[in-house]
Amino acid sequence: MIGLVIVSHSPKIAEGIVELCYEMVDEEIKIIPAGGTKDGRIGTDPIRIKEAIEKVYDEDGVGIIVDIGSSLMNAELAIELLEEKVRKKVIILDTPIVEGSISVAVQAYISNNMEDVLKAAEEARTTKKLQEQP
Amino acid sequence: MASTSLLLEIVRNMSKNIIENKELLTELDRAIGDSDHGINMAKGFSAVHEKLGEMEGKDWGYILKTIAMTLISTVGGASGPLYGTAFLRAAKVVEGKGKIDRKDVINMFHEAIEGIKMRGKSDQGDKTMLDALIPAFETLKSAYEEGEDSKIAFKRAEESALKGVEYTKTIIARKGRASYLGERSIGHQDPGATSSYILIKSINQVLEKN
Ligand SMILES: Nc1ncnc2c1ncn2[C@@H]1O[C@H](COP(=O)(O)OP(=O)(O)OP(=O)(O)O)[C@@H](O)[C@H]1O
Ligand SMILES: [Mg+2]
Repeated sequence: MIGLVIVSHSPKIAEGIVELCYEMVDEEIKIIPAGGTKDGRIGTDPIRIKEAIEKVYDEDGVGIIVDIGSSLMNAELAIELLEEKVRKKVIILDTPIVEGSISVAVQAYISNNMEDVLKAAEEARTTKKLQEQP
Repeated sequence: MASTSLLLEIVRNMSKNIIENKELLTELDRAIGDSDHGINMAKGFSAVHEKLGEMEGKDWGYILKTIAMTLISTVGGASGPLYGTAFLRAAKVVEGKGKIDRKDVINMFHEAIEGIKMRGKSDQGDKTMLDALIPAFETLKSAYEEGEDSKIAFKRAEESALKGVEYTKTIIARKGRASYLGERSIGHQDPGATSSYILIKSINQVLEKN
């Protein structure tokens, strides 16, 4: 089953998103928060991200969802630090962290297919919340 | 030829200066960022300082790689992966070397800058650390080409880095937290450019003493 890592500067955001996802899917799918730094500061930490990827790792693939600023840099760095076998299976999903994580978790749970997951991530990025105004 | 004991003295001085400037760097980041650059850098370089003993007697590559991994695992903001990648790329150039020459210095500095550009998807003019590092590197390179020694070359590089810091006051931030501010980032100097200046100054201070 595809695994997911939620990377936010705020540990509370990352944990909250995981909580929201688990309202929709069950524990069969591994979703791990990697928020904040090791010593509890706001920020992102490539070592924590790397460890989270290793924890959720599965041959079906791993998706990472990031928030702002250094989260992307640190996710990319974390991927570079992984061993080859794991690295090949990891992908960063370009999607809003709250909506995207939920869409992606549900999609991964339903179809367990990375291409579908990428589509779900993309869709969450372009979906409008309000109808077009006349 | 530069030995690893000189390198360790430089690293010690970098740590000291970054820790001493924690407030300044945080204050600069308060104006156009999230007020943590000094905290992040001081965390990173305190951890580096603690590893000085372990780095004793090791080669240039090992020392630079240790610094890189320490920064990567302790800093917690953008400056962690950026400086971490810079040190990691520099380490590759001098793997296994006990002594290095000017050519190595140029190659290390070049690789470090390329590493930051790659990691940050950024370049000169974005109002980042690169605005201090790139002019410093160019000055250093031409000083060496003119046959100057490292003391003079780094003295000039420090001056260029400082000019680069001043220049960041005049431009709009395109990368990092400060880019959220757009036009309002003008008038403020970039915290990362300032920490880069401090690091280059730290090299220079040690060279002057030796
Ligand atoms: N993409 C980038 N390329 C080069 N330098 C950058 C980039 N983004 C940020 N910086 C540099 O990093 C400095 C800020 O470092 P700091 O330690 O405060 O990280 P931060 O921006 O708070 O990180 P985060 O994105 O986690 O909030 C900036 O002043 C700038 O010089
Ligand atoms: Mg900051």
